[in-house]
This record gives sequence, C-alpha cells and structure tokens, in this order.
Amino acid sequence: MYAVRLWSVRHAHGLSRFYKGFENALLWLHPLLQRIGYQRLERPVAAVERSVKGLLFDCRMCGRCVLSSTGMSCPMNCPKQLRNGPCGGVRANGNCEVKPEMRCVWVEAWRGAERIPGGLEAIQQVQPPVDRRLEGSSAWLRVVREKAGVAP
Amino acid sequence: MRFEDEPVPGYPLPILPGHTSPGRLERVLRAGAFAVTAELAPPDSADPEDVYKRARVFDGYVDAINATDGSGANCHMSSIAVCALLTRVGYAPVMQISCRDKNRIAIQGDILGGAAMGVCNMLCLTGDGVQAGDHPQAKPVFDLDSTSLLGIARGLRDEHHFESGRKITYAPRVFLGAAENPNVSPIEHRAVRLAKKIAAGAQFIQTQYCYDIPLLRRFMTAVEDAGLLDKVFILIGVGPLRTAKTGEWMRKNVPGIHIPDSVIERLKGAQDQTREGLSLCVDLIQQVREIKGVAGVHVMAYRQEESVAEVIDRSGILAGRTPWFPGRDSPLNADRKPS
Repeated sequence: MYAVRLWSVRHAHGLSRFYKGFENALLWLHPLLQRIGYQRLERPVAAVERSVKGLLFDCRMCGRCVLSSTGMSCPMNCPKQLRNGPCGGVRANGNCEVKPEMRCVWVEAWRGAERIPGGLEAIQQVQPPVDRRLEGSSAWLRVVREKAGVAP
Repeated sequence: MRFEDEPVPGYPLPILPGHTSPGRLERVLRAGAFAVTAELAPPDSADPEDVYKRARVFDGYVDAINATDGSGANCHMSSIAVCALLTRVGYAPVMQISCRDKNRIAIQGDILGGAAMGVCNMLCLTGDGVQAGDHPQAKPVFDLDSTSLLGIARGLRDEHHFESGRKITYAPRVFLGAAENPNVSPIEHRAVRLAKKIAAGAQFIQTQYCYDIPLLRRFMTAVEDAGLLDKVFILIGVGPLRTAKTGEWMRKNVPGIHIPDSVIERLKGAQDQTREGLSLCVDLIQQVREIKGVAGVHVMAYRQEESVAEVIDRSGILAGRTPWFPGRDSPLNADRKPS
C-alpha cells in the first residue's frame, strides 16, 4: 500500500534493525529449517513473505531483496525497475516520470538510506541484473541458505 | 588535430596503448582536445540517403554522431542500423542502447553486432518510459538498467563473456558511455549515481541539456569532490531553443528537462527568437568550456540540426581543428576550415 510504503521509508532505521534481528533469528533456526526441508518451506514462507513485505514495501517478490541497500524503498516499484539509482526523468517535485502521482522510488530510497547507519554506503553498491527466474520465490529463505553456506 | 593513420572508411584504426576502442572519439578525448558530439535523429524512413543527409550537416564540426534509440519512446529507424550505415562511409557513430525495448539477449547481440559493423562507441541508457512516446500501448521491457547494462558490456569487452558466463571468441572493442542528468532530483546524490556508473564501466558521460550553469557548476564540484574527474570524460548536453514557447513546452512536457526562467525571458525579449536561441547556445557552450572537468559538449539540436555547424563555429571550441569527415582530405574540400 502506497501510504504504508512511504511510512516504511520514514521508519527505515527501525525497520532495518528489525530486519537484521529477523535475519539472525532465521539463521539461528537454520538447522531446524533444514530438517523440515527448504523445498517444503518455500511455498508457505513465500506466502507469508508476500503478505508482510507486500503490506510494508509494496514488495513485488523479485526474489532478490535489496531493501537494505535501497533505504527500505523497494526498487521494483519503479516503473522501469531500476535497481541502481533514479533515471533522468524525475519530476521537479521529486515524483515519477511515468506515474506523476507517485514519489520517485529512488528519491525515497536516498531518504531512507540517510536514516540507516551505513545506508549511504550500501546504496553505492552496484547491483547486478535481476535473475528473473527467482520471481515469486522467498528471498528470506535464500538469504538464510546463502549465509549458512547451503547451495540454494 | 590529425592522426597519421586516419581512416579508410569501413576499416578500423589501430587501438592505441591504454585505449579500449579503435574509435576517433576516444582518441580525441584521450589526446585532451575539447570534443564535440551531436545528436542525429533517425528518420521515419527506410531510405539510407535520409540518414546520410542528416549526418552530412555535421561534416567537419563533430567528432562523433549519436544515433538515438527510439528517443522519447517514439518509433524511428534503429540506432544500430543508423550506426552501421554511418560506419560504412567512415563516420564515428555513438550507438545508443536503451533498456526499454530489449532484454539482455537482444542487447548483447546488438553489442556484438554493432562492434562487428565498426561501431566504436556505445551509450548505455535506461530509456524514456513508453507513456512518453507514440506507442504508449507497447510493453516496456527494462530487463536491465543502464548501470547493469554497462557492467554486461564491459564484461563482453574485457572478460570476453556473456552475462551467462558463456565465452565469446572476439570481444567488442568499444568505448562505453552513460548519461547523467545534473538537473533533477535527487540533485545532491547525482554525483554518487555517476560514481556507480563509472564503477560499472562508464568511460564517458553525455548529459541531458544543461541550461542552468550555476546548477551544473555545483554538480561538477560534487563530481570533483567524489574524485571522479580523472576517471571519466564528461560531455555537457547543450542545444539551441527555437523560441521561448518551445522552451516552455519542453520543460513542461519532456521528462528531465530543466530550463530556468532567465533563459525563457532572454528569448522572449529578443526580436528574432531563433537567432537569440543560437546565441544563447553559443554563450552556454563558452561558459561550459570554462568549468573544470568538462571534456566536451554534446549538441542536441532537435529539428535545428542544420544550425549546429554555426553554433560550434561561433563558439570557437574546435580551436582550429577540423574533425574528420568523409572527403575531408579531398582537394575539393580544401577550403573547408571551421573556426
């Protein structure tokens, strides 16, 4: 939801801290998750992820979440799906070229990044192109598997 | 400036040490000359002569010609085809690649194909949204963004592989460019965005129109403070405005265009607005040249291409040199000496 999405950027600091804790919790649960089987968890976890992140960030389930590098402003809401910064068409009021009634996702991203410690460094990382096969899959589970050193 | 081994149309120049392309644009920039590029609007036609006619008006005044790729999301002859026609007779085109219309499979194919046809410069762009053009009903692709496209192009050139990792046998020897717009939000972070593009592979930058000199100066200072000036060649976008009304229409309707009121007022106050527009462009070029870190200008004179030569001539930026064009060294053109 658009209003909630803007709220999330305003509260980027708190949300990113919560996210960090949540990630550590999942990582701690990794042995359990592995015993249940990541394959079996994929659908229910993705469904939860879709509704939670959908509400908070208008998440599009790209499967490769970069919120912590974009000030908690989801770049997939950009009509051009830009993952490395704004295009050259941002309006004078900071709104989107394609959707004039929407704030530019990247103008918001910088606002959020300013609120997160280390956010302004994270936003400078060059993001690789999206792997479109991951669309719809759980980014949470992928991150945990990667950090735990299990092949996704 | 002349190079001893200037081109035989259709044949590449040798690649000098420290260069990545056999192109003249890279040579001119690396030699420290103030470079001039101009934008060619591809025709709504399948006649190659329409392309050559549009290129000929720049003869002797520009170092490279940008062929736009569906600019403003309007349908025209493709950039790669225009570039291929231009290289046949020896012109140095800049092929523009927009992420709007093609996915990574098509784009990588075009990079190889363009390089095979002698294109030495490629400008990696995001592209305008389809809503801005004549086919708003089209599907926007945006599989890549301009920064990731730069990374892929550099991978093809330097690491000899596709994005998938599959090897290629002969790399495209290209000089890679990107765009920047110093005029729009988030203005204070534009230099950071530029740094990302440079990190991804940009070697030269062509900016959007810059009519606001103080704003441009601030941007260039930020670029210098970020330590980027010796990592990239920056060409500033300029262009004549036909009338005050055109300027007002552009800033209202074309995404990313910022024209200060003072510019509009200057045109309004003139008897002959079109002449004043040219003088204004000459003034802008002269002011831009004085800004530290500016390596050249990119002239976008949409529907006024025939006035580009005059603008460049009056601005004096070529400092006596005649950029190569087909037939430059023929005795018939001996009297052709700009500025």
